[in-house]
Amino acid sequence: MPRGIKDKVAILGMGCAKFGERWDADADQLMVEAFTEAVGDAGIETSQIDAAWLAVGFDAVNIGPSGIPLSMALRLNNIPVTKVENYCASGTEAFRGAVYAVASGAADIALAMGVEKLKDIGYGGLPVRTRGTMHDMIGVTGSAPGNFAQLAAAYRAEHKVSADDLKRSMAHVSVKSHANGAKNPKAHLRKLIDMDTVLNAPMIAEPLGLFDCCGVSDGAACAIVTTPEIARSLGKSDLVSVKALQLSVSNGWEMQGTGWNGSYFPTTRLAASRAYDEAGITDPREEVGLLEVHDCFSITEVVTMEDLHISKPGEGWKDVLDGMFDADGKSPCQIDGGLKCFGHPIGASGIRMIYENYLQLLGRAGERQRAEPPKYALSHNLGGMPNQNVAAVAIVGMED
Amino acid sequence: MTDPKIGILAYGAYLPQRRLQRSAIYAANSWFAPDLRGLAKGEKAVASWDEDAITMAVEAARDALTGLDRAELGSLSLASTTLPFADRLNSGVVKEALNLNDAIGASDATGSQRCGTSALIQALHGAAENRKPQLCIASDLRKAAPASGDELTNGDASAALLVGHGEVIARFLGAHSVTIDFVDHFRASGVDFDYGWEARWVRQEGHLKIAGGALTSALEDLGVAAGEIDHCVIAITGRGAGPAIAKRAGIAPEAVHDPLVATIGDAGAAHSTLMLAAALEKAKPGEKILLLDFGQGADVLLFEATEAIASLPSRNGVAGSLALGKSVDNYMRYLFHRCILPLERGARAEFDQKQPSTTLYRNRKGVLGLVGGRCTKTGTVQFPKSEIGVNPNDHAAGTQEDYPLAEVPARIMSYTADRLTYSPDPPAYYGAVDFDGGGRITVEFTDLEGADVEVGCEMKMVFRIKAVDEMRHNYRYFWKAAPRT
Repeated sequence: MPRGIKDKVAILGMGCAKFGERWDADADQLMVEAFTEAVGDAGIETSQIDAAWLAVGFDAVNIGPSGIPLSMALRLNNIPVTKVENYCASGTEAFRGAVYAVASGAADIALAMGVEKLKDIGYGGLPVRTRGTMHDMIGVTGSAPGNFAQLAAAYRAEHKVSADDLKRSMAHVSVKSHANGAKNPKAHLRKLIDMDTVLNAPMIAEPLGLFDCCGVSDGAACAIVTTPEIARSLGKSDLVSVKALQLSVSNGWEMQGTGWNGSYFPTTRLAASRAYDEAGITDPREEVGLLEVHDCFSITEVVTMEDLHISKPGEGWKDVLDGMFDADGKSPCQIDGGLKCFGHPIGASGIRMIYENYLQLLGRAGERQRAEPPKYALSHNLGGMPNQNVAAVAIVGMED
Repeated sequence: MTDPKIGILAYGAYLPQRRLQRSAIYAANSWFAPDLRGLAKGEKAVASWDEDAITMAVEAARDALTGLDRAELGSLSLASTTLPFADRLNSGVVKEALNLNDAIGASDATGSQRCGTSALIQALHGAAENRKPQLCIASDLRKAAPASGDELTNGDASAALLVGHGEVIARFLGAHSVTIDFVDHFRASGVDFDYGWEARWVRQEGHLKIAGGALTSALEDLGVAAGEIDHCVIAITGRGAGPAIAKRAGIAPEAVHDPLVATIGDAGAAHSTLMLAAALEKAKPGEKILLLDFGQGADVLLFEATEAIASLPSRNGVAGSLALGKSVDNYMRYLFHRCILPLERGARAEFDQKQPSTTLYRNRKGVLGLVGGRCTKTGTVQFPKSEIGVNPNDHAAGTQEDYPLAEVPARIMSYTADRLTYSPDPPAYYGAVDFDGGGRITVEFTDLEGADVEVGCEMKMVFRIKAVDEMRHNYRYFWKAAPRT
């Protein structure tokens, strides 16, 4: 049994650029925007950073290969910079790299940056991209909503939920996230919407309508991590520390086997279980007080509540309708607006989730601050598609 | 005297699902070409955007091979004047899709509307030497200029005949050919549409004299009296042409077969094979079937149905394919699918569909033949085949054997109708389907006209165009799931 990461690494500072249609900014400017906040929060100089990880999802419309764009944008001190790509879970992957570097002792202070400049594509939604020469010959060239929409068909079939009930639950997810995003000055979408608007929106990929899909945004988010000892030596007292950091990657069973029914993410279930073990959480429904999940589509959020072992299988849609995950509910989910409204600049999203959890733990979330900060705040960052994906779970909390 | 053991062993046919109402074509064009009114009756079979002469050929071949061991085949030919490739063996793609042995002959026949019968005659003559069955497929998808007579007349179809030595359903009694460069129409290489000459001249000098003359000569050569012909199959779709030719030859009017114009249209090089297949569906043991095909001359073939015809396993054939048709009246979609009307497709359609020959060659069995893998240790079936098996309880390595999935029934496990991704036929339906007996694939769905799509729906696999590489003029072929009917 691995010893785990719990309380070995603390967050020294975090920053996040304003997400949205950033017609004004290139990727390097977005990175500087997030970094300026993070390095100020950390109270260090750029030269104190020993190593960096850069997360980017889409190369073709972005910053190009290697870690060089981060090193150039921040004028890093010729330190090692590793570029990572793990679909939409790239942000958490970069964070994992920085945290592991500190935990190993190879770096005293490490940086994780996620950035995505999506609004240079020229059309809405994510760009169409290759998945390798062989896959392109046999794989469906579908859209992201089309891939995730299949969850709904399979979920309805598996749990005998009517199309109307599921559609209402999905709509509740989006109405809730818009209400939360409206209170977040850094969010991409800040407009309140009602159920009728969601239910009557144009269809994108059945049964997902326009408001079942998250925003496609430009943005960057940044974390600077170190050991609790070094953090204290730098004058930090209230430390947010990493309690768990787990990743589970599909090996083809969902796509090629026949045991999976298409209604859930086995990877999320595994990553969550491993993360709870690592953090010492035994009753996640009671102990995890705040959730930032990968709500790329409303249906993903519904099934993820079950996959994180918060809701019972087949009952996530009811917990959503009961308001359990609303901002004033038992376990708020996407209190910052989520991917849905904060926005989804692919490489930045995993770090943006941790950013919100970090702010909430420290009581710095402004208008959307929970009165009682949670003990554990969980972020779930998913890349790929239901039948082939990368599921990342990060849990942070105040240092014991 | 020909060998009574040589002839047709089986037949098959394929018609695209959609039947475009000719009234819809006429309604759109009557302002410009009111004289087309006389042709604006009935319907014609129209291929979807993802079909071509190759994919239709595969389906007709599958129908013809119903219940047969494909390993026995000795050769195949594909006749068409609308082959997608001018230089790449089109029948070679069909061979891969049918998952036939590499040790097989294949050829494309083209250049004339009678290339189907010419290839058939060669195969029949060769059967004395080559005892292995030969598959003769004819398939055509002819484009026609909007507001032309051809647009109303032409239909898309494919048919296949398995010929050779053995328990034939129709024995071959002989053939007669004439070749004359009679240019009733022509189409230069690389050009989309035919250029035709006056119909009255074509009828009088071509149909009645050349084709009719060949028919009379054939009867004399073969020593058969006109009154002996039970099924007179004349693959000339000009109005009244068949009955007029038959009458001149002394063949009874009731023996003349319907040219299938009202329901399918003129399927070009495939039409003679299609009509022969339709005749075989009706023929009784002992009946004589005469086939006349026309195109820069004429081919005449004579067959006699045997007792074996009554015990041929059931198949779609022409009648079954006709029954599966769905009436449509979307003329704009038809023009778009024929690449005649360039609709604005949006930036998502710009995705580069370049197909690496190296990857395709390595994976040809999987991509073109839908051959998956079966673990000889655990029995787990998967697609695609891989070095290490997908079974979560035993990731056995190097244990997989070929496992063809194309003919295995499947059911929908998950699906969506995607309106964001680019599809020439939106919304793009796709999802995961599970094969009976194991194996799963996430694929596009097709032929959904009028179908209810839901988890659990029964599907079958069909060979189709997956995408077109417009920059390099190439086609990516793969398999799709279609409702099982």
